Amino acid sequence: MTETSNPAPRRGVPLWAQITIWVFLVGLLTIVAMGLRRAQQGTVQPGQKIENFTLPLYSGYQIDDKSEIHLQDLRGKVVVINFWASWCKPCEQEAAEMQQAWEQYEPTGDVVFLGVDYVDTEPQARVYLKKFGITYSNGPDLGTSISQYFRIKGVPETYFVDKEGVLQYVQVGPFTSLDQIRAQIDPLLK
Amino acid sequence: MKLTSYKVPLALLLAVTFTLLFSLMASAQGPTPTDDDVNRVAKQLYCPVCESTPLDVCPTEACRQWRDLIRTMLAEGKSEEEIKQYFVTQYGARVLAEPPNRMVSYLVPAAVILLGALLLARGFQMWMKPRVTETTVADEQREAEPVDPYIARLEDELKKQK
Repeated sequence: MTETSNPAPRRGVPLWAQITIWVFLVGLLTIVAMGLRRAQQGTVQPGQKIENFTLPLYSGYQIDDKSEIHLQDLRGKVVVINFWASWCKPCEQEAAEMQQAWEQYEPTGDVVFLGVDYVDTEPQARVYLKKFGITYSNGPDLGTSISQYFRIKGVPETYFVDKEGVLQYVQVGPFTSLDQIRAQIDPLLK
Repeated sequence: MKLTSYKVPLALLLAVTFTLLFSLMASAQGPTPTDDDVNRVAKQLYCPVCESTPLDVCPTEACRQWRDLIRTMLAEGKSEEEIKQYFVTQYGARVLAEPPNRMVSYLVPAAVILLGALLLARGFQMWMKPRVTETTVADEQREAEPVDPYIARLEDELKKQK
């Protein structure tokens, strides 16, 4: 008499566990991919509506004695946002021209210049501002939150926002002349 | 010029007084931090401009300014933690060599994904499970019925031939 025995059925990973694992992995990969995509993105692009941000201002560089400024409060004006730092040599190339441009547009009241001091120390920043006679509003980029929003790649970088709060032009690197700056502002005033 | 007898002790008294005052002022400011003191804090920080380079060995102007600031703050009597907190406030948590415990920020999305996956798997499992239909009930009834003796014998013969 021969005895035949059926082999025990192989018990693999249950279907629900397989699905869970795969969905979990796909979810994680999606998050990583989104992070990589964001890292590879350039600066914010013209045509994009700029979200509100708050810039604390250095004393002596305030607007209407306010210690901080909100971008949304400047709606209806052209806003020139200049990222700079005292340790940045290329920033020095455009500092005088930026101040000249500010002096030309300040009386009109239609243009606001904001200097955003990137990863800097206040004492050195003040030395820089004094050296170039800069008088427009300036303040530190606390927590680098503003530069992260604009996804700046370095300094100097300048962003021109129109009266409706839409970004119209991005200048990566220093301006070489006053006319270059005016060429970006004048069309936004029409 | 001949000094009168009372002028000498007065000059000495003034000299001692000024020396004491000067030393008191100096001690109030704290001892001047050494490079090692500065670097002990600096190596715990990274400048966002020079990624992957600790502040204590970073050669850029920005990092030199940061080290100067650390030296100033140490001289003012600030602790390591106070200095690090200042840098975090100013430049963000990414300046820390050891980021703060952010388990929650990682665990919450992971938990959400896992929960979603479990729900999806459960839904898929229910979808795959065969329904108890009238057909299957009918099949069961048919199986329960007594088998025709002729068919039973035929099946036995077939089994033997295998």
